[in-house]
Amino acid sequence: MTDTTQSPGLRLPWGKLRLSGMATKVCVGPLSVLGGLVLWHVASLYTSPLFLPSPLTVWHTALEMLADGSLLESVGASAWRIAAGWAVGVAVGVPLGVFMGRFPVIRLMVDPYIEFFRFIPPIAFVTLAVIWLGPGEVTKIALIFYTTVFIVTLNTIAGVKAVNPLRLQAARSLGANAFSELTTVILPSTVPFMVTGARIAMGNSFLTVVSAEIVSAQTGLGAMIWTARNFARTDWVFVGIIALGILGYIFDRVLRVASNSLLRRYL
Amino acid sequence: MTRGASITLDHVGISFGDAHIVSNVTLEIRPGEFVCLLGPSGCGKSTLLNAIAGFLPVNGRIAVNGRPVAGPGLDRGVVFQSSEVLFPWLTIRENVEYGLRLKGVPTAVRREKADHFLGLVGLVHAADKFPAQLSGGMRQRAQIARVLINEPHVVLMDEPFGALDAQTREVLQVELDRIWRDTGCTIVFVTHDIWEALLLADRVVVMTAGPRASIKTVERIDLPHPRDQGSAECLALFRKLRDDIGAEVKQALRQQGLNREQVEA
Repeated sequence: MTDTTQSPGLRLPWGKLRLSGMATKVCVGPLSVLGGLVLWHVASLYTSPLFLPSPLTVWHTALEMLADGSLLESVGASAWRIAAGWAVGVAVGVPLGVFMGRFPVIRLMVDPYIEFFRFIPPIAFVTLAVIWLGPGEVTKIALIFYTTVFIVTLNTIAGVKAVNPLRLQAARSLGANAFSELTTVILPSTVPFMVTGARIAMGNSFLTVVSAEIVSAQTGLGAMIWTARNFARTDWVFVGIIALGILGYIFDRVLRVASNSLLRRYL
Repeated sequence: MTRGASITLDHVGISFGDAHIVSNVTLEIRPGEFVCLLGPSGCGKSTLLNAIAGFLPVNGRIAVNGRPVAGPGLDRGVVFQSSEVLFPWLTIRENVEYGLRLKGVPTAVRREKADHFLGLVGLVHAADKFPAQLSGGMRQRAQIARVLINEPHVVLMDEPFGALDAQTREVLQVELDRIWRDTGCTIVFVTHDIWEALLLADRVVVMTAGPRASIKTVERIDLPHPRDQGSAECLALFRKLRDDIGAEVKQALRQQGLNREQVEA
């Protein structure tokens, strides 16, 4: 884009900042983050470190925790639980949703349970999960599975119900039977819904893992945030929160890139 | 290539619950004949077509080549008005090959046949594009190729050019006329466009306004192809069909609550 063209630029209160479209895209996000950090820093100057540690303090703490390996250990523990619980949840939720969407009898059978349990947050099951499944990894993974499976199932059902009936008629008149109709029309049509469900479920998995780890874990970001309380280390809490945010961003990015490249023709 | 099949409609009635959409339709369609169903919108002509396709249960009897229709079948291809029925996740070639893939036809044979039928509708250059990348007219041609590759005896077309601009429609009408001649299949074509019916059909079946729609008149179009819409015979037939349908449209509008004066005006 040349200087003579009317580029959109940035409209700021004191005038228009001329930037090409690309530069706008690349610069605005990081500038906003930088501004946020400055604000945080200024605010920390007027409060005690226990109340609000400065960005620099948090940075140094993060480096220390990276050096002694505790940060990576926590991130790894949480990431593994999320990945495992979420993956199993998607693997169960998709076929369940397809069957429920396709066969009214199964839907009628499972519907009451889904409609009941989807309003019960996983945290309500932490105690039961520990009693039934023990204090180990399975408990945390099961809770994340629980949080994932409803969202994926409900989205998949919606997708199956939204299949254009004309496409089914077309497939039938081109020789499809009930099975090929399912594999060649219904499943491909439903992919966008499955992906949306999986992405929302990923967000919820992060909520769940922290709650589960706070209540019943020695490792993981949730446990780390909770332990910080005992030592009055607010900076640990900040490191944990920022690590969660970054981890979530990476997971969502990976999911989006993977689905866009592997499933592009269906989206 | 494909040979047309006869279609027998014997006192056919179609109802959804208490709503009687079509009643008492009796019609014999010869093998290889091109029949247009013409009528006011909402009269039930598409419903009748769906019944022949096997999408709807009917009272009375529908038979293709003497065999009663029970559900959709490969002997009857359906071209829909909406090109949404193309699968957006498949390329045009994959869409056209769909029927053969279901049959388990080997890849090489599939490819060869797809090339043939893509050529027939002039879409070879767009074979590897996705439906969303094509114009409405090209999508309808792809749909026609996807149906013809199964070599159906009967092609049922539900206002296939209704959503297209006038120029594209004219081009496709001429192409369809050629394809029909090439394949020799029987075509039942639903339209509300009198000129379209006059251009294409051997016989035009005018339907009465619904509910309980039935056949009002059957007009034989004994004119040589390609047809000249400006010829005296054509104009005379146009007037006759227009008057026939006009009466039904008025009736339909009256039922929808418009009073006599508004309709007459």
